[in-house]
Formats: sequence, structure tokens, C-alpha cells
Amino acid sequence: MTATSNDPYAATETETTQGRVFTVTGQDWDSVVSGIAEEHDDKVVVNMGPQHPSTHGVLRLILELEGETVTEARCGIGYLHTGIEKNMEYRSWVQGVTFCTRMDYLSPFYNEATYVLGVERLLDIEDQIPEKAQVMRVMLMELNRISSHLVAIATGGMEIGALTVMTIGFRERELVLDLFELITGLRMNHAFIRPGGVAQDMPAGALDEIRDFVALMKKRLPEYADLCNANPIFKARLVDVGHLDLAGCLALGLTGPVLRSTGYPWDLRKSQPYSGYEDYDFEVCTWDTPDAYGRFRIRLAEMWESLKIVEQCVERLAGLEGAPVMIGDKKIAWPSQLAIGSDGMGNSLDHIRHIMGESMEALIHHFKLVTEGFRVPAGQAYVPVESPRGELGAHVVSDGGTKPYRAHFRDPSFTNLQATSVMSEGGMIADVIVAIASIDPVMGGVDR
Amino acid sequence: MTDEPGKGPDKTQLEQREGGTQDPSLDVVAAGGAQTREVIGERQGMFGAHDSGDTSGYGGLRRPVELPGASTPPYGGWMDDVAGAIATATRDQGIEAAVEKVIVHRGEITFFIRREHLLSVAKLLRDDEALRFELLSGVSGVHYPGDTGRELHAVYHLLSMTHNRRIRLEVTAPDGDPHIPSVCATYPTADWHERETFDFFGIIFDGHPALTRIEMPDDWPGHPQRKDYPLGGIPVEYKGGTIPPPDQRRSYN
Repeated sequence: MTATSNDPYAATETETTQGRVFTVTGQDWDSVVSGIAEEHDDKVVVNMGPQHPSTHGVLRLILELEGETVTEARCGIGYLHTGIEKNMEYRSWVQGVTFCTRMDYLSPFYNEATYVLGVERLLDIEDQIPEKAQVMRVMLMELNRISSHLVAIATGGMEIGALTVMTIGFRERELVLDLFELITGLRMNHAFIRPGGVAQDMPAGALDEIRDFVALMKKRLPEYADLCNANPIFKARLVDVGHLDLAGCLALGLTGPVLRSTGYPWDLRKSQPYSGYEDYDFEVCTWDTPDAYGRFRIRLAEMWESLKIVEQCVERLAGLEGAPVMIGDKKIAWPSQLAIGSDGMGNSLDHIRHIMGESMEALIHHFKLVTEGFRVPAGQAYVPVESPRGELGAHVVSDGGTKPYRAHFRDPSFTNLQATSVMSEGGMIADVIVAIASIDPVMGGVDR
Repeated sequence: MTDEPGKGPDKTQLEQREGGTQDPSLDVVAAGGAQTREVIGERQGMFGAHDSGDTSGYGGLRRPVELPGASTPPYGGWMDDVAGAIATATRDQGIEAAVEKVIVHRGEITFFIRREHLLSVAKLLRDDEALRFELLSGVSGVHYPGDTGRELHAVYHLLSMTHNRRIRLEVTAPDGDPHIPSVCATYPTADWHERETFDFFGIIFDGHPALTRIEMPDDWPGHPQRKDYPLGGIPVEYKGGTIPPPDQRRSYN
């Protein structure tokens, strides 16, 4: 230790009952190595995260190492817990959308969709959702799948040092977020899918923007394949890393790209369609090596399939101009309408004229829905959707009141993250990063 | 595939969906059995808050809180197959009492399982050829303080990929004895889900390999998702007015 004792960057060390503990802050490798050498013990427990650029979010990993081999890997989660489920119990059914959209922040439309589908099942209005709302939901979800997979590939690339993959991934994701902003007004946390339909109709010119985006993506997506698919460094880091076979996936409850990388074509959009997915032409992507590379290839292929679905949605929407996007039942449909005024977006003056000057009934509906909300018949529902990460489901319980009695989200990131141990134990420490990136957990969804 | 522009979900499509085996929930909309109601509490007044004096005149309003109660067979479609297979398998193992009741509501089937038989039922649900529920989607908790003697409910969502079916198991435990056996040995995925339900509801899953808190800090007092645990929050003041925290606001209940 004498060599580094004057080093201002040396790691601070303390003696505890469990052995010597180093607090590492960077540029202090020498002092840690010499300290460990003095211990004459190969076994080191490394705490990685929760603030670490490679753990894919505020995830804490506790790794027991022998040399560079991981003998035990455990996750510490909960650093992003915000009590969203508890908060939803104190807000109306419609307000719940505003909360749950913030859970898995990379796929907000899926959070909204699974919750709203559950509420609609309890209301028994599944057959009454207008076609245009269904198509818009599917289109937004598939655009969202593209943006989410882009982030998965981008951050996964960044974590192994492939920075170009990161920059081009976020470049394209920005285009999707621009579309979201155009359609919903927000880049993230949209609260756009509401019980009974969606919040707003498509704005003028949106379909053309989406067509331009699809055309551009068809030129840009091959760049990822060119950069990565046969790249020897990329393959050396990903192939055979994070292996998990079908039996392991089912036992640990893994779904999504991880399950499909075993070659099993399980996709809820095909097997248990919702929101009219049975009307679209697309393939379920699988791969024959259940490793990080297979999951990367599946995500890449799924973006092509999503583009196909988006194209079909745009075609259908072009024929649905002026069609309703909210259920006709005035006791459920959110009454308020927004419009662009001279001072920005605000209450639609037409709507205010209608409720204040023309229709007493419309005023009553507006007042009752905004203050009280609607009541949902007692019972429970679980309508899962295929999110970019796997089966995302909301267990929605009603006691017949105006607020959710309980809303619990089965988040695929939460469940899939349990595979960290089996995917990384026995491997090298550098492969832990790749294995976790291949699960693609979003900590906002894990912790809720 | 029907992706022509402007084509609505016409009658043929609806018929296809009802006739098809792809979406199990739609096959049983017109299920046969009668539905009973189960009262678990009483809703008082019109507004949630009780401390600000009743100026509405609705304070005397009393309404029962009812959940869907037990259904009687036939349940409709594949649900009878599942219920029949469970009845046969439990009889073979001598645990006919395992299923307390069955609720069919909104096309979803819920089996209430007595907690002492949960482990055997979970095992046969996974392994029986007619059942084959390979995947446990998750464990969720619900707290019904008014459901005396069975306040805590653990809810398991099971998926059979072989038969493309979903069922729900519900297991209850009283507040005074919050113990439910852990299904970790049968469904390893239950590990974190049970830790979460313990964390939020205080249900102790006996036999779990390491039942510790998972979302809340290790030294957190109480179990936040229980109904007797306040949401918390601070009043917000703005221009002389004060908005109370969400759980103390006057709102419809």
C-alpha cells in the first residue's frame, strides 16, 4: 500500500467484521489491486451500482468473484420505487392512466393499454371501442416497440463500448418521439389511451409524417444490420452469453425476446390477440440460439415487423378520417375537448359553448365525469399485452367505486430480471453486463 | 388478412373471433352458470372524507360493497374442461376440499384454493397433462379489510401455453395469521413476486427461500399497500388556499 498511500485518488478503505471494504470512486484501480493482493484471498464481493453506467438503470448488482469469474450474482432493486400502484387507488379510473404510463418509461403506451384493457373488460365495453381508436392504439404501440427496441440495442451497445450503435439508436428513437409529440402532445408519459378509446383524434398531416418515417426507417434499419450482425467484436461479446433455454424461461417466467430466442414462437399478439391484432399481417420473430446475440437479432427483426404493422395502420387510418376515437357511451367517454387557441392548447371553445349554452345533459355528463368519474362494476380483470420486453399485464380490481380498488402490474422487466443469476453465474464479469442488457430491464417498470 | 382501408370490424370478423380458439376469453361470453354476489363491506355516504362535517346530505347513505360471488357450472367453453380436470386430479390425490369456490366473471375464471392445499394444486396444475399451466405470470396481493377472517388475498395468474388458456388462483389468509405456503418450488418465478407481496401486504409465504423486502428499504415499518396504511403526503399551499394530500381530499367513493 505504500506505493499508493500518497495517491489523492486512492480508494478509501475500512476494516469491517466481514473483511476489508474499499470504496471505489474511479481511477483507483492500483490501490484496490494491491489491497486485494495483501488479503491472499481470491474471493471478492463487488457491489456494482445502483449508480453505474453499465447496469442498465438504477440496478444494484452484488457479485461474488473469483478472479474475473462470477460465482454468485444477486440483484438489488427498489431504488426507483415510487408507489404508483398505491397512488392509483386514490385517483379516478381515468386518472390512473396518468400514473401507470410512467412505470416502464420506455414503453408508456403498453402500460396504458394493459390497464385500460382491464378497465374496459370490467366495464364490459370491449366490443364498443371504436375501430379508429383500436387502430390508433395498435399503431402507437408498434411505434413504441420500435423506439423501445432502439433504446435496448443502443444502450446495450453503449455498455459494451459500441458507441456508434448508441448514437444511431438514439437518433432514430428521436424520430419516433417526434411522432408521439405530434400525435399525443408529449414525447413520453402520454396518458393518451383512455378507458373507452384514445384522448384525441389524429392531428392533420400526421399520417404523412408517419409515412415519411416508415420510408426513412427502411433505409436506416439496414445500418444496424451492417454495423452489428457480422461484426466480429460484437459477436465475440454477444454470442453464447446469457444463455437460457426454454425450460429455464418457463420456470423463471421469462417472456418476450428472451423466450423467443429459444425458438418458441410465443407472442400474445398472435396467441391471444387484443385490440384487433388478429387483423394485421405480421410474423413472430424467433431465433435458434438462446443467447444475447439471438435476442439482439430478434429485436432487430421485430422492428421490421412493427414497421409492417404501422404501414397497415396508416392505410386503415387514411380511410377512417373523421371517425370517432372515443366510445359513444356518454357516461364513460371523457367529455372535455382540447383545441389550439391564441394562447396555446386549452379547453375547446366549441365544447364550452356546447355545454354552457346548448345542452344541459352534456353539462351534467361533463360535471359528473370530471368530478366523480365513472363507476366500474366490482370484479377483477387481467388482460396482458405483448410489450417489447414480454408479457405486461395489469391486475385491475374494482369494488364498484369510482377509483381502482387495486391495480397491480405484472411487469416483464421485474420478472425477467430474476434470470440475472442463472444467466451470469459461472461466466466472466464483463458478460454480466451483456446478459443484463439482453434482458433489457427498465427499472421504472421493475420498481414501479 | 383484412387490412383494407376503411374496413370496420364487421360481423364476419366477430364471428371468426367467437368461433376461433385463439382468444379464450371471447368463447365464453355467454357462459351458462348463475352469478351470486358476495358482500364484503359497506360504503357510507357519497364522499370519501369523513372529518369535515357532512354538508351534502348524503352522509346517511349506506350501500353494500359486493364482489362477484361463486358461479355454478357449466362455466362455458374450455373452463368446464379445466374445472373438470382439476376436480378429477384433486379427487385422485384425496384433496377434494382444495377448491373452495369458482368464480366466472367477464370471461375470466378464478379458483379459490384453500391455503393448506395450494402446493399440491400448484403442482398438479403445472404437471397434469390436461392442465399444463407452465407459466406463472405473477403473484399479486389484495387487502379486503371488510372480508372478515380472510382479509388478505394472494392472487396467482397462470398461463397454459400448451392449451392457450389463462386461469386465476386466489388464496386467502386472515390478518391475524397471514401465512400462505410459497409456490417457489413449483414455480421459481414466484420468488420475487412473493417477496413483493410480502413487502406490500405482509403476507408471509412459508417455505420461501429468502423472504425479505424487495421494493421498500429493509428497515421500512409496515406494509404500504394494505388499506390501513395511509398514502401520506403533505398539504400544498398556493395563494392562500390549501390543497390537502390526496388521501384526505373530499372525493367520491
